[in-house]
Amino acid sequence: MNGNNTLRQMRPVLVFAFIGVVFMFVAPYVLQLFTIINLTTAIALAVLALSLALVWGYGGILCFGQVAFFGLGAYAYTIAAINFGGSTWAILVAIMVASAFAALLGYFVFFGRVSDVYLGVITLTVTLIFFSLIRRTSGPEYKIGNALMGGFNGITSPPLNLPWDTSSFLFPEHVFYVAMAALILCYVFCGWLVTTHFGRVCVGIRENELRAELLGYDSRLYKLGIFTVSAGIAAIGGVLFCNGVGRITPDVFNLYNAALTIIWVIVGGRGTLIGPIAATFGLFYLTSALGGQSVLNNNLVLGVILIFFVLLVPKGVAPTLTDWFTKRRKPRRANRRRRRSQVNKA
Amino acid sequence: MSSARDRREVIVETRNLSMHFGGVRAVDQVDFTLFDKELRCLIGPNGAGKSTFFKCLTGQLSPTFGEVIIRGDDTTRAETHEIAGLGVGIKTQVPNVFDGLTVDENIWLSARRWHKAKRARTLTAETIERLKLGDIRREVVGRLAHGQRQWVELGMVVAAEPWLVLLDEPAAGMTHEETARTAELIKEINTEAALIVVEHDMQFIRMISQQVTVFHEGQILMEDTMEAISNDKRAREVYLGHRA
Repeated sequence: MNGNNTLRQMRPVLVFAFIGVVFMFVAPYVLQLFTIINLTTAIALAVLALSLALVWGYGGILCFGQVAFFGLGAYAYTIAAINFGGSTWAILVAIMVASAFAALLGYFVFFGRVSDVYLGVITLTVTLIFFSLIRRTSGPEYKIGNALMGGFNGITSPPLNLPWDTSSFLFPEHVFYVAMAALILCYVFCGWLVTTHFGRVCVGIRENELRAELLGYDSRLYKLGIFTVSAGIAAIGGVLFCNGVGRITPDVFNLYNAALTIIWVIVGGRGTLIGPIAATFGLFYLTSALGGQSVLNNNLVLGVILIFFVLLVPKGVAPTLTDWFTKRRKPRRANRRRRRSQVNKA
Repeated sequence: MSSARDRREVIVETRNLSMHFGGVRAVDQVDFTLFDKELRCLIGPNGAGKSTFFKCLTGQLSPTFGEVIIRGDDTTRAETHEIAGLGVGIKTQVPNVFDGLTVDENIWLSARRWHKAKRARTLTAETIERLKLGDIRREVVGRLAHGQRQWVELGMVVAAEPWLVLLDEPAAGMTHEETARTAELIKEINTEAALIVVEHDMQFIRMISQQVTVFHEGQILMEDTMEAISNDKRAREVYLGHRA
């Protein structure tokens, strides 16, 4: 597709990105610092949801363990930042570690032709293995360089600093800017990726893997590619998360978080990128609000929401809204066309 | 006759090709040859092994033993995408299309496999024109009628500009008119490429047939023109008998 076409296809993405940029500059003046810090965590989780939206919604790969790459990214960042004494290279290390691990796992899974459900089981199992393993690393003997693993207490994450300037740490409001910018960049990147030849082939494989193979596309390579890229994005989310929270614990790898990621994408809608991002913010604030009261159990409410969406809005919020708008617009457009043709005849 | 044919290049050859499922010999020691620019129909009763043979050619099944050679390359245990990557266009028995995508996107994905972006776009437009899919080009393929989906799949095969085309029951579920158009399209493809067509519909085969191979119990019973086969006693017994 030529430049113009790509731009046209990406228009909705760029509109949402623009809204994001406006929000990024306005929010610190309007909101309190506490809200901003909280928001940073939500943004980090939104990046995680975005990465699953890409691999599941567009690649058709139900990765139940997207938090594994998220957590791996957070741990890799923290350990690297402690050892390097700065965050610049640590961010890169985090992305590389998560992507490399995804590439290795993906190689065995995709080239072994493991399909759908089993893939979900394998990725979830890997996540839970991380959970159990890292929980058992309390004690002075579990050290990577200068970083103590800390078992279930986790590790305190060094804050981000200006690139190659290890003495100037970022304050929470600055971390918010970084997180928001990272989310917008990742979102635009994903939005662009799905309009490329690579992205469109991935969607084709989601629709019908055999047909893609019959056209001469090696589906294993494409799946491995999108899986690896999405793991890298999840790792960026992980870096932001441990910066927002200030520490990283093995709890990121637990079943609750693994399932929560899936819920965000189901509620937001598979096959869109903005839907899961919006759903993450919505559900994040809902759970925060519910945390302040003790009448209803948090998980119970989440469960009811999930059941509601699976039964009544199975496509998720964003696709349902899009359908609704196009349905409303279609007759109007047809009317306009009819009127025009009548004018021409007259 | 045979000496003239021998001079043409052999592009598909199977030697001793066998596919056994447990004790069932679905395809049993088949030696098959296809020449360049040839149009060959495979017929046979249900369970004769046509489709299994087809799947061995396209890499969807890995034969128990024997060899498949496509234009000099041993493709016996090759992956489907590797065989397609040689320039072989394949249409399976059950329509395999990208159901959630538009007709345009379906055909573009095929054209883009072989060409740069610009050429792929024109080729997509040409193919849509050629197959008269213009009215439905923006429709989602999953919502189309069965016959139309078959045509979209044929469009994907054509858009790849293959030199060898393998079609498994291309006319299944089509109306008479659609069947006739498919026959025309197959003859048109045949000017550029060799074809192997697996088919049940005798009328359809009469429309396109040159050389026909009859399968029976996993083996090749005979190879001849449709006319000779219609007059052959053995062939009538195994296949045509209960119809003609």
